[in-house]
Amino acid sequence: MALSREQIAMRVAQELEDGFYVNLGIGIPTLVANYVPKGVSVMMQSENGLLGMGEFPTEETIDPDLINAGKQTVTAATGAAFFSSAESFAMIRGGHVDLTVLGAFEVDQEGNIASWMIPGKLVKGMGGAMDLVAGAENIIVTMTHANKHGQSKILKKCTLPLTGAQCIKHVITELALMEIKDGAFHLVERAPGVSVEEIKEKTEADLVIPDHVPEMNV
Amino acid sequence: MSGFNKVVNSYEEALEGFKDDMTVMIGGFGLCGIPEGLIEQVYKMGNKGLTAISNNAGVDGFGLGKWLEKRQISTMIGSYVGENELFEKLLLSGEMEVILTPQGTLAEKIRAGGAGIPAFFTATGFGTKVAEGKETRNIDGRDYVLEPSLTADFALVKAWKADTMGNLIFNKTAMNFNPMMATAGKITVAEVEEIVEPGELDPNFIHTPGIYVQRVIKGDSFEKRIEQRTVKA
Repeated sequence: MALSREQIAMRVAQELEDGFYVNLGIGIPTLVANYVPKGVSVMMQSENGLLGMGEFPTEETIDPDLINAGKQTVTAATGAAFFSSAESFAMIRGGHVDLTVLGAFEVDQEGNIASWMIPGKLVKGMGGAMDLVAGAENIIVTMTHANKHGQSKILKKCTLPLTGAQCIKHVITELALMEIKDGAFHLVERAPGVSVEEIKEKTEADLVIPDHVPEMNV
Repeated sequence: MSGFNKVVNSYEEALEGFKDDMTVMIGGFGLCGIPEGLIEQVYKMGNKGLTAISNNAGVDGFGLGKWLEKRQISTMIGSYVGENELFEKLLLSGEMEVILTPQGTLAEKIRAGGAGIPAFFTATGFGTKVAEGKETRNIDGRDYVLEPSLTADFALVKAWKADTMGNLIFNKTAMNFNPMMATAGKITVAEVEEIVEPGELDPNFIHTPGIYVQRVIKGDSFEKRIEQRTVKA
């Protein structure tokens, strides 16, 4: 069975380590916050100027001066800090954030990522995505393996305008966890009940398949 | 002390000298931490041909969305701008030029502008459309893009508290782009919720020292509209 959005988030959450500072993008990455393993403390960074994002507020505690990068009202966790956008991106660009999780339209075997612009459609902007992919050492991309028409989004070469070049190493889809190295995707884990053949079929990129591909534990 | 008294008592006075075709920075992230009254005043004055530097462009009928109604912006520099239909229309019809800039690069361009640094190298955007036509350099094995800094004729910022000398304190994530913009305006106008006497703000906790601020105005009222009202289930 292909993973649900929640299960993708659960698998990403297994990569969280105690003491990590983490930046989560919009969509599936946001769900990762719901599955932080027991005994693991993480601080969520929001690029609009908050380190230590807490849960959503109640009607009583809602504060228009306290939002996240998705412009949602949030609270500040114990030990949180507020700072300017320049300071925020100093943290990101300077490599101080331990893990970044974000979505993508396409990823290719050179580690290129396209996530911000589809030519012919309205371009809203890249926001902080280009800074995040350029600054983070440790990035996990969550995405669907193929589009609605069954065309692979795990490619030899991205077709859409890039968000960043040669910066992605780990991708989790509803079918597989893959690592990008030496110019190819390497199959690391598969979703429970999903065959290696199905993953191969839905992957346009060069895919290195080891003899044994374990199932994810989700 | 009067030479250091930055307080003005009307929005007209706050924006004295504001002209057509100027470059103006406007603080805020989405609708959070925007100088609502100053934006309204520029809308009332109706200045045209503005180059607006702001992370976002407001929503239909509020924030910078108001300036779009009167076609006041000719060039918009921001990182994420499509929250309103009118914006889309002006963009597609070519009535307005848009320069999309990665958010961290935008913040740093403004910070650098205020700090007297004309340009800087960053890895952000290398190998993408953002780097097209720009100088690049390989430093210690990594590729970087040269990004020029930004300054403005006016910087319109929103702070929580000020003293009459223009020292500013921001509130929570309403800080965002405001501190850097305050440093990068030839004339920086701070619209604030409360003005206190010098000495009442603890010097340990000033976010923006008064040297960067030319005018301070106490806002009439702040709507503080919320874009994504989200509460605990």
